[in-house]
Amino acid sequence: MKWKTEDGGWSPYLAGALVGLLAIASVLSTTQLLGKTSYLGASTTFVRAAGLFEQTIAADHVGSNEYFTKTKVRIDWQFMLVVGIVMGALISSTTDKSFRLESVPPTWEKRFGPSIGKRAAGAFAGGVIAMVGARLADGCPSGHGLSGMMQLSLSSFVALAMFFGVGVWVAHIVYGRGQS
Amino acid sequence: MNTAQWLGLFTGVLFGFLLQKGRVLRFDKQVGAMLLTDMTIFKFMLSAILVGMVGILWLSNMEIITLSHKPMNVGAVVLGGALFGAGWAIMGFCPGTSLGALGEGRWHAVFAILGMVAGAALYAELYPFFKATVLAWKDFGKIGLSESIHLSQWIILPLFWVGTIALFFWFEKKNL
Repeated sequence: MKWKTEDGGWSPYLAGALVGLLAIASVLSTTQLLGKTSYLGASTTFVRAAGLFEQTIAADHVGSNEYFTKTKVRIDWQFMLVVGIVMGALISSTTDKSFRLESVPPTWEKRFGPSIGKRAAGAFAGGVIAMVGARLADGCPSGHGLSGMMQLSLSSFVALAMFFGVGVWVAHIVYGRGQS
Repeated sequence: MNTAQWLGLFTGVLFGFLLQKGRVLRFDKQVGAMLLTDMTIFKFMLSAILVGMVGILWLSNMEIITLSHKPMNVGAVVLGGALFGAGWAIMGFCPGTSLGALGEGRWHAVFAILGMVAGAALYAELYPFFKATVLAWKDFGKIGLSESIHLSQWIILPLFWVGTIALFFWFEKKNL
């Protein structure tokens, strides 16, 4: 087993194990410094971002919406965590020269061609569906897949099986014809 | 910025750095996992779970931290999980990795991010409907696997390790 991949990345086993340590450090630091244990997650931040955006055009509507009230529209620990992901990925990719401007990914292009419009429509529609699902299931591959599994949560085992089970099925339908 | 925001930012930078180093942010890696042609995502996630699980279960046992299970609401987790899986396959990113993909220059992630913000706004509007229907079906509450199958977490943990390590050996043997 190699510690480095061919393109200069780290072995997924190594990078993954380090994320495991980060998850432990993160629950400890939030408990000690903030007084409440917080787990790595991402999808709730999209609700807060939607709320912050809607507040600029219809503040009353956000104030009276039950879900926004329950979620509390504010820039919290997880919101900044998500912002940090962009910065961390930027630092890592520019320092090891894996940063690439990509408008249409290869697997997509093989199936749907080089049209940016088609890719944009697919990404947007997929995003809408996935986020409705993530909010319903109360988590995404970070919140359920990593944090929930680490705590041995029953709901996370079921959610992760659904994520991958349906993901595998739909991916074969959507990209199947492009695969040799 | 307050302490919570600084701590979140610092943790996020490390998280994004490791996600990028593990090469799991890319569309082709995510879709490759779902097409079962590239096991990078599985190796990465399972390695994180193996390590994180030991520390988190031990710290909670020592009552240093508190666990926070997400509710086992059957309709929500099954239907929500299925919708997420379908959307994930088409989008090729998950919520956390879409931001990381943007950071490494895969700018088409912007459309995925906008779609997810729109999806979150849509969910906020649909919430009363879901609350009266799907969310009201059957909720087993915030429970762990251990209580639900009556097996100590100190038995589940080593079994999970052994099973996962065996899977890793199989991946390497098959060159996946």
